[in-house]
Amino acid sequence: MTTTTSALGGVVRRKEDPALIQGHGVYVDDLKLSGELQAAFVRSPLARADISSIDTAEAAAMDGVVAIYTADDVRHLGDLLAQVPVGKLRPLLADGRVNHVGEAVAMVVAETRAIAQDAVDAILVDYEPLTPVVDMMEAASDRTKVHDDLDSNIVFSWAAHDWWGGVIDLPDPRPGIEAAKQRDDSVVVSLEMKNQRLIPVAIEPRSVVASWNPGYARFEVYSSSQIPHALAGALGKTFGLASNAVHVVAPEVGGGFGAKLNVYCDEVLVCFASQQLGRPVRFTETRRESAVSTIQGRGWVATTTMVGTRDGEILGYELEGVADMGAYTQNFTVVIPLLGLWVSAGQYDIPTYWKVDCVVTNKPTTDAYRGAGRPEALYYLERTIDAFAREIGMDPTEVRKKNYWQSDQFPATNNTGLAIDTGDYAKAMDLLLDQADYAALLEEKQAAQAEGRLVGIGISSYVEICGFGPSVLSEIGFGWNNYGLPSSFSGSGLVRVNPDGSATVVIGTGPSGQGHETTWAQVVHDQLGIDYDRIMVHHGDTTESPMGIGTFGSRSAAVDGAATYEACQKVKAKAAVIAAHLLEAAVEDIAFGPGGPHVVGTPGHVIGWHEIADVAYRPHTGPDGMEAGLEAHAVFSPGNATWPFGAHLALVEVDRDTGDVEILRYMAVDDCGNRINPMIVDGQIHGGLAQGIGQAMFEEAVYDETGNLLTGSLVDYPIPTAGDLPSFELEHTTTPTDVNPMGVKGIGEAGTIGSAQTMVNAVVDALAPLGVTNVDMPLRPQKVWQAIQDAQA
Amino acid sequence: MDVSMTVNGKAVSGGVEPRTLLVHFLREDQLLTGTHVGCESGYCGACTVHIDGVPTKSCMVLAVQADGADVTTIEGLASNGDLHPVQEGFWERHGLQCGYCTPGMIMQAAGLLEENDNPSEDEIRHGIEGNLCRCTGYHNIVKSIEYAAAKMRGETPPAPEWEVAE
Amino acid sequence: MYPREFDYVVPASLDEALDALASNPGAKVLAGGMSLLPLMKMRLFSPEMVVDIGRIPGLGDISDNGDHLAIGALVRHKQTASSDLVAAHAAALAEAASYTGDPQVRARGTTCGALAHADIAADQPAAALALGSTMVAASKAGRREIAAADFFVDTLTSALNPDEILVEVRVPKAGGGSVYDKLGRRGGHSDYAVAGAAAWVKKSNGTVEDARVALTGVGLKPTLAAGSMEAIIGSDGGADAVASAAERATEGVTVLEDLYGSEAYKAHLAKVYVGRALEQAIARA
Repeated sequence: MTTTTSALGGVVRRKEDPALIQGHGVYVDDLKLSGELQAAFVRSPLARADISSIDTAEAAAMDGVVAIYTADDVRHLGDLLAQVPVGKLRPLLADGRVNHVGEAVAMVVAETRAIAQDAVDAILVDYEPLTPVVDMMEAASDRTKVHDDLDSNIVFSWAAHDWWGGVIDLPDPRPGIEAAKQRDDSVVVSLEMKNQRLIPVAIEPRSVVASWNPGYARFEVYSSSQIPHALAGALGKTFGLASNAVHVVAPEVGGGFGAKLNVYCDEVLVCFASQQLGRPVRFTETRRESAVSTIQGRGWVATTTMVGTRDGEILGYELEGVADMGAYTQNFTVVIPLLGLWVSAGQYDIPTYWKVDCVVTNKPTTDAYRGAGRPEALYYLERTIDAFAREIGMDPTEVRKKNYWQSDQFPATNNTGLAIDTGDYAKAMDLLLDQADYAALLEEKQAAQAEGRLVGIGISSYVEICGFGPSVLSEIGFGWNNYGLPSSFSGSGLVRVNPDGSATVVIGTGPSGQGHETTWAQVVHDQLGIDYDRIMVHHGDTTESPMGIGTFGSRSAAVDGAATYEACQKVKAKAAVIAAHLLEAAVEDIAFGPGGPHVVGTPGHVIGWHEIADVAYRPHTGPDGMEAGLEAHAVFSPGNATWPFGAHLALVEVDRDTGDVEILRYMAVDDCGNRINPMIVDGQIHGGLAQGIGQAMFEEAVYDETGNLLTGSLVDYPIPTAGDLPSFELEHTTTPTDVNPMGVKGIGEAGTIGSAQTMVNAVVDALAPLGVTNVDMPLRPQKVWQAIQDAQA
Repeated sequence: MDVSMTVNGKAVSGGVEPRTLLVHFLREDQLLTGTHVGCESGYCGACTVHIDGVPTKSCMVLAVQADGADVTTIEGLASNGDLHPVQEGFWERHGLQCGYCTPGMIMQAAGLLEENDNPSEDEIRHGIEGNLCRCTGYHNIVKSIEYAAAKMRGETPPAPEWEVAE
Repeated sequence: MYPREFDYVVPASLDEALDALASNPGAKVLAGGMSLLPLMKMRLFSPEMVVDIGRIPGLGDISDNGDHLAIGALVRHKQTASSDLVAAHAAALAEAASYTGDPQVRARGTTCGALAHADIAADQPAAALALGSTMVAASKAGRREIAAADFFVDTLTSALNPDEILVEVRVPKAGGGSVYDKLGRRGGHSDYAVAGAAAWVKKSNGTVEDARVALTGVGLKPTLAAGSMEAIIGSDGGADAVASAAERATEGVTVLEDLYGSEAYKAHLAKVYVGRALEQAIARA
């Protein structure tokens, strides 16, 4: 048994696992409500077309078909709500026109899924095809408008010096950067790079089942959601109900990665159908459906320029890009580039001009996918630094170190006016180089190159912003509260010591594999001394949990965790009063250790939590005037986001004849502040790396010129398998944040944010002797081979 | 059509349409929801069960094809309340996060170790190529299977990568 | 995820199966199901009847019939990949089977099924071609033999008639050495072939006496590389001869681009893998 301690920084086996390894975990599609019906959707085969007719007669007559709905039936509910309603909102069912392949046109409700699918096949839709706008640069040109009622396909523009909307004024960096370019001693490099569209592919497809009870006037909804409270708010608002009349439960959720950080039309429509039909209605997407009806991620094209001196001082960095929103705006669609903007200058103190235009196209919606804007921003920056280093003939690690914010500069106000909490970037890089024995790796590479082998080393460092976040961000325009709850980015935790001395912890997060039940139990155990095995953590239920905004943006531990920590302090304060009463000691002499409170200096004489609780729930036995009960709730609203960072290294070899890339080693040093459970932290990094490497190597949502997705199944959209990846070599530094009392920053997205450019930098490094300066992701063998041919032509 | 089979040691039977997949028979008729559905192309492996001892993707088999077969699902892998070494390995070495791919992954790994209880890292990685995981990057899944392999050989598993505080 | 409705029959004998096929033109044979069932689940293909040959006795063996190996209709990829007989006489086929699908697919899918499915990027058709295999098709009218070179007709189309079952593939025990190698879609040998080649070579007295080279992934169907064969036969099998043969890999072959490779890239890969396969096959010969 490796289980030893549950103290902060300790490793314990996960509380989640016994159910999950024995097949007893309950995901949405594992639940069955009595009498439930099954929904399936007719989806558009065209990217842009007018709907001239929908013939449902044959389908409606089929045995087992209960109802068929089209836009006419649901128009009164309005469009699908988005927290940031900039751009074009999505109709619940296509209303006269379809704007991407896969858009839902009609919903069938039937007794079984097979019958529902049979009925879908029997519905005839006549379309008048229109010319779709598929390419995002074409969209940006505005030659053809995607939506007649929008002035431009560019629905928003983000600029790093001008995003506060007047809350803070920042100087325009362009004149300074232009002057630097004119200097005699400056060097300028420029790259145009694609950051391709991705499909999130949580292994659990989305699933939702809703039941309307007309007597209680309440919806009961089970959904595979990362944001149960937001879903309750959005459904309440849509149906004219208070948010507390919608009971949302997110049970086990099989991976999210941002794909389940959205409210979807199907979630609204099953509620509608249940209300209409008086029976529960379920929808579970298929994998191919998921590819076109659940959000996609990334999808940027940008040109970057870096100017600096030959001794490695960066004098300026510019990025001008276009980001593909897809046809419709959903939850955070238009603010994804903003997350990148915040880290546009990364871990460097450099003048930065950064502008991204958000364009609509006739493709499925993009939104948050693991990292959400930050992987894109860091990809562009860190690729460009490598190009600059190569141009001036300096080691890329030296250039980075020369331009980092130094450890004594924190809090460091970056180019966007936000203050980076804490950091020690050079320390992480030095540890990476030490662990890798960088000098030896360089020699190994040179020896390989001398034999004609194409071996390359890729380096990247990164900073991210997470743990959202300061509520002042809600001042920057938009509504932020369209889901019926303010997205002021606070978190909550409730800690209850039960009469038997066990503890129940209820939190407002919506985890999908992050191990919250374990991590939160460790926090409570550490603070109160209650046995880890006697602590049970609940989440994801909107009637049970305190207000929470869900799990995304690597925010749960830093915000909801901190709230739980604060709730523990309240419980301790009360327990100390009771303990002092029982021990006839002064309150200030009470300390907390394993098992419960004791008088300072006599840790052997603890009072059991059941004894404390016994007094708390029978207040006449306690100090005079004591309020009964032993539980506390805290809401934590941090004064700043947190800023984790790290440095990654990849060693690769390219097969010159085929372009096939082999990953020889992958090393990462990550700093997420204090680590509550290092095992879980490492696991988050592993998974993030796999997704970043997956983007670098394989993954791409490919559309043909008609807007048809060519990679809609796992056959054509290859996510990494075990055989495609190496074992990862991880190290860490620990630079706690001062933003929250536990000093934790967040780790969910770090691996993804640091890795894609590390891989591409490695491959470009391998190909540099052949004259290659740029290869776009994904590094499919053909693309790598083609880059070699082009360089040698 | 009527089908009968042994599932987790118990004789079961039921009426199904020919088009009913084994995974749906298990999940919907037998209420064994530990076996998951993650795709339709047969690539993800979340539905892996043992048919007559052979790890098989149960979404790639019609229920009628399994008539008369001996099927083991994740719910039947532990015996007499004792976890299978692969289950234990996944728990001890953090081989799962969201847990959705886990039943299929464990069933495949158990089959792999049945054939070879001392696989190399490369053999493990290629041995689970038919099972997709989006959470773990497979790193700790490999460690979990190495743990289980050692247990099945009667050896002490390799130490975990993280420090163990006493 | 839910196939359309179909009738299902599970014959106890080959004759019963052939009867079912003969009387139902819309029927489709189900063996391992690894290609058929996903198509049905996605409703890309919906047969009126499925004839499950999985319970017919006598089709699951690899046998040594003197001058050839016979691989029955229910022999799984895994059996083919791990058979000592196949390794000894048809290494290319063993390698191709070992690269097919994933472990679960190899445990259930059949070699004959992979051949009959005739996917343009499958592995075992190229090996079957290079090894000069013969397909044995059975119908109510009797049996006929189809040379591998005549068997792969077009994309997902074999020479089998709707009322025929591929009951076995015969691989000659012709001596020499054979190899299959490919670039998979996820790199290395993973997944379907972006391009791949199988080669069989027989040498005598330092000369390549006979050889066959086949390609997969590059065109409309798995196909013999006639130019490469012509170039290598009669040569000394040295590096120059292999290079010359590789150069002619796509002679007479229609190369088609797809998601995984442009025409130029596929033509290039065809040469690379013909070169690699020939070099190794000659070393084994």
